[in-house]
Amino acid sequence: MSDALKVKIAGVEFKNPVIAASGTYGNGECYTDLYPISRLGGISCKGMTITPRLGNPPPRIAETPSGILNSVGLQNIGVRGFAEKYLPELKKSDCVIIANVAGAAVEDYIAAAEILDCTAVDMIELNISCPNVKAGGAAWGISRENAAMVTSSVRKATKKPLIVKLTPNVTDIAEIAKAVEAAGADSISLINTLLGMRIDIKTRRPVLKNNMGGLSGPAVFPVAVRMVRQCYKAVKIPIIGMGGVSSWQDAVEIMLAGAAAVQMGTALFSDPYSPLKVIDGLENYLKREGISSISEIVGKCEEWG
Amino acid sequence: MYFCGKYPIIEKKTLGAEIYSVVVYAPEQANAAQVGQFVNISAPGYTLRRPISICGIDRERGTLRFVFEVRGEGTKAIAAENDTLDILGPLGKGFEIPESGKIIAVGGGIGVPPLLGISKACRERVTAILGFRDYSKIILDKEFSKNGSNVILCTDDGSVGRKGVVSAPLEEELQKGGVEVVMACGPMPMLRATADVCKKLNVPCQVSLEQRMGCGVGACVVCSCMTVKNGEELYSRVCKDGPVFNAEEVRF
Repeated sequence: MSDALKVKIAGVEFKNPVIAASGTYGNGECYTDLYPISRLGGISCKGMTITPRLGNPPPRIAETPSGILNSVGLQNIGVRGFAEKYLPELKKSDCVIIANVAGAAVEDYIAAAEILDCTAVDMIELNISCPNVKAGGAAWGISRENAAMVTSSVRKATKKPLIVKLTPNVTDIAEIAKAVEAAGADSISLINTLLGMRIDIKTRRPVLKNNMGGLSGPAVFPVAVRMVRQCYKAVKIPIIGMGGVSSWQDAVEIMLAGAAAVQMGTALFSDPYSPLKVIDGLENYLKREGISSISEIVGKCEEWG
Repeated sequence: MYFCGKYPIIEKKTLGAEIYSVVVYAPEQANAAQVGQFVNISAPGYTLRRPISICGIDRERGTLRFVFEVRGEGTKAIAAENDTLDILGPLGKGFEIPESGKIIAVGGGIGVPPLLGISKACRERVTAILGFRDYSKIILDKEFSKNGSNVILCTDDGSVGRKGVVSAPLEEELQKGGVEVVMACGPMPMLRATADVCKKLNVPCQVSLEQRMGCGVGACVVCSCMTVKNGEELYSRVCKDGPVFNAEEVRF
């Protein structure tokens, strides 16, 4: 692979800008039958909390036109479990390891960050946007004050580069982006899922046992592009773009909007090889267009006057 | 070990209204497949693949066979494919088949196909108790017989075989004694009833579960079912920890 795909985010070098999105790639152990995770630029691990969580009752998934709704509810074995069970194997790979952290109280985020600070994870992604748990998650991401408070608190607890993952379920995402930048975030990632709902017309019951869930997949891609653009114009820290990215063309598009790297999630369920196809597609695109580094296209959308 | 790719369809027929039998040439998948495992098949035009149980494994021919029912738009799109299928598999944990002793396979409706592999492997050792809604829904019963397995047919309306659900004949068979294990696949009420009968008569039971699924490989944890392991309640993944579970572990 050429150097043309290398990107740097918050001082961390990624050999390519394609990252597996949290919650869709386990902790790197699930797809190794098909290809080594080292092919990816990075992996954002399954969202973790200070103590293990059971998660929401099933059904946790529903298909939608060009997408899915999910309501997993942060089922995970806890930060310590992650560090012991998965991290050693992950670190053998040649990709950036991002720990995605969620919590109900600010103390939970701090405690988790303190533990991760002493581990080999490369970055922490602060999940203040999970739509599927009642306490915490999105509760932090929908207000400027709360988002800034949890960001600055975790900032003090760790020296690891800090990404803050934003929810699209807000009136003005750029305001939240500015607030977390000012509070010490090194990067932001967006968008988490859009809150949605489906109802079975025969039973008159919601399809998801949690009633509501997060919408992802190609259906949300234009929303993601718009919000990445709005944030790009509002902040100076690098943006990791996600939300329905399924092809190299999508990756180019969201990078033109302002993303320095992309995360892919739902696309894996349709095609587990999709991240590799995006990496190859980007490399060919750069060659064809005579662009020496992928970073040159970041934010280069020329808006109409 | 699982694989992902497009495999040629070499045989396709209908077994009844909206029930398809498809054979694909997929040597590496056939080689790795175990009885009771499933595959995740891409449904053109849809985000999610559809989990479909493996009905037949032929390592010599390098083929896998699937028997599935068109239940919605996704399975309809799969049934419309004539040249190749995009298959992720084989996936999950299959049945644990004992080397000797009598086995009872309990199947309901479209839950019957994954049990055929038990009949193929264990022949006369198997008694298959197969339940269907009515005579028009009956599938694969003759193939169980051809393998030398004893078949007890049940229909909800009594149009063929015994009238009523499978649990009555199951209890009678278990009362005769000497049954090593019961293996079941079908709708949840049938699995629950099967597990209850087995527990009552103290016979080990394995059940194959179904759940709405995402990735199929254990990554997304959406296909959970409540289980009890070492006295602790936790959600297990139907796609990776199952689809076959010891009935004792499952909170029905």
